[in-house]
Amino acid sequence: MLRLSADKLDKLFSAISDAKELYLPVEENGSSKFDKWSEETQVNLNRLNTVKSPKDLFFPQSEDLMRFKKEGKKITVDTPDENCKEFVVFGVRACDVKSIEVLDRVFLSEPVDTYYESKRKAATIVSLACSEPEESCFCNIFGIDATEPAADVSTWLADDYLYWEAKTEKGEALTESIKSVFEQAEDTSAVDAQKENVKAIIEKLPLSGLNLDYFKNNDMMDIFNSEKWDELYEACLGCGTCTFVCPTCQCYDIRDYDTGHGIVRYRCWDSCMYSDFTLMAGGQPRTTQKERFRQRFMHKLVYFPMNNDGEFSCVGCGRCVNKCPVRLNIAKVIRALGGEV
Amino acid sequence: MQRVIDKVKELLANGVADRVLAWKVGEFPYDRIPGVFKDDLDGLCYDSFSACNLSKYLINETKKDGRVLVLMKPCDSYGVNLLIKEHRIDREKIYILAVPCNCKVDIEKIKDSGIKGIIDIAEEGDVLKINTVYGQKELDRRQVLCDKCLSCQGKKHVIYDEIIEDDEQQNIEKTDRMEAVEELEAMSPEERFAFWRSELSKCIRCNACRNVCPACSCNKCIFDNTDTGVAAKSNADSFEENMFHIIRAFHVAGRCTDCGECSRVCPQNIPLHLLNRKFIKEINELYGEFQAGEDAVTTGPLTFFTMEDAEPDVVYKKGRD
Repeated sequence: MLRLSADKLDKLFSAISDAKELYLPVEENGSSKFDKWSEETQVNLNRLNTVKSPKDLFFPQSEDLMRFKKEGKKITVDTPDENCKEFVVFGVRACDVKSIEVLDRVFLSEPVDTYYESKRKAATIVSLACSEPEESCFCNIFGIDATEPAADVSTWLADDYLYWEAKTEKGEALTESIKSVFEQAEDTSAVDAQKENVKAIIEKLPLSGLNLDYFKNNDMMDIFNSEKWDELYEACLGCGTCTFVCPTCQCYDIRDYDTGHGIVRYRCWDSCMYSDFTLMAGGQPRTTQKERFRQRFMHKLVYFPMNNDGEFSCVGCGRCVNKCPVRLNIAKVIRALGGEV
Repeated sequence: MQRVIDKVKELLANGVADRVLAWKVGEFPYDRIPGVFKDDLDGLCYDSFSACNLSKYLINETKKDGRVLVLMKPCDSYGVNLLIKEHRIDREKIYILAVPCNCKVDIEKIKDSGIKGIIDIAEEGDVLKINTVYGQKELDRRQVLCDKCLSCQGKKHVIYDEIIEDDEQQNIEKTDRMEAVEELEAMSPEERFAFWRSELSKCIRCNACRNVCPACSCNKCIFDNTDTGVAAKSNADSFEENMFHIIRAFHVAGRCTDCGECSRVCPQNIPLHLLNRKFIKEINELYGEFQAGEDAVTTGPLTFFTMEDAEPDVVYKKGRD
């Protein structure tokens, strides 16, 4: 394991960005997001979750797919350059690392989504272990270890040092390219102590006892038809906050935009909470907010695992828990349907 | 709080309504979710965290049979009048219990103060005693009040059937609600443009501001209607989210009650209420003082015409500093 003093993080960031673009959690104008590093950037590694997850870097909220231009009788079609420049994402929490695995299952299975793939291939992911989990955290119920995040490189901020451990070939290549900023960490007891401490905290968190057995052991249609949905959805405003702050929500829409000089075909995040979600020529399969609300949780907790070797498509990051305007959330749904502590 | 529950029980027992729309406790000690209770009032709660405006939920509730008892804070009561005036809700199907308000606490501000891992919150006077997995913390509730409460219209309910009298002394220092608008007005057009660009460009098009707004009660919003050509789920270009908010502000002009919910629910902390307040200020100056939702009958200043009305050129004159 390598390390560098936490007050020299800027040196690390500058070394990384000499060779590649670097994205990391920044504070900006009363909000937070993964953004490109520069010397003026206000980096915040204490924040547990950015408002939007790093999903945007691989699957942007809005992305041009192609452009059409008509001159006389000639129509030209331009597609964007798919050779994405190599970049590094730093400070990704264990839950968000897992969320990228969830997205991989969707976009990298046949037929491969080449727009996603090019960004995914270009990225080196550097994770950051959690040191102060919050009450909205429940990654542990999905088998995620917040103290031992996966990714190309894992890091820990403990006792004024950043500890650095490459986990993959990509991670080793990055480490090699910037190794002069590090020193060898002879003593890693600070990391071990933090891991132990954080694990003890996680056990005390209110959502850490949520139980998913109900979703694993019951028939899909029984869950679908549960009477509890009637009460659960009641307060839902039908806004898209939960879906847009979610690191794993991956539904999108494709639209054409008339620029006045041509057409841009773009895709953008869609939300199952919206009334025109999956609207098709034959009509709308989910006409009420109850059905839309149910869809979101059935997808995360039932349909996705059925199609993906039992993997849930929630990672317990807690963003929807914190951001729902009326404080509905997946934890409440899991508990109400049958996940008692 | 117990007074409120007792009153609700009494009213339901007297048969004034067959159900009650109120706030329900949720997962965390600060979660207050709008909810309807019938016989079992378990989980009904009215306290410092009951910030959600319930007025818009009456649209759905009054489509059902029977009569609904609703708990109303002063700021939310303006929304009820607006919805009655716009024929969105049926007054006959509602029984309004006015509940006193001494400002609501913003959980995000508690968390921004560095408090994490909250297990429990107890309120003793102005002190919030917060039990967390990282130890016991204390905060003065006046430091963490919702922004919308700091410049609200006051403690008056504008509509109710019955009222629970306020027995608490107001000890919160309020700010003038136009103060921030005046600061924006004092900026140069370039500075103001930069301000709104930097704020609005944070928008993720989640529509929370629109969906929570009591003045946004169209059955089908133009931005959701795929036949209009302007429907959009995300911003196809870098100015589109600005247009969304500007158009929405125009649409609710003269109707916005200034309840502050738009800014409260914004996941990106965009001060959307400032757009609406600017409109309110302009309307007050051009057409005389008007408070939307003050009553359920007065015609709004932008929905009728008099010969004395300002000419459209006031806009151009204002634009030239």
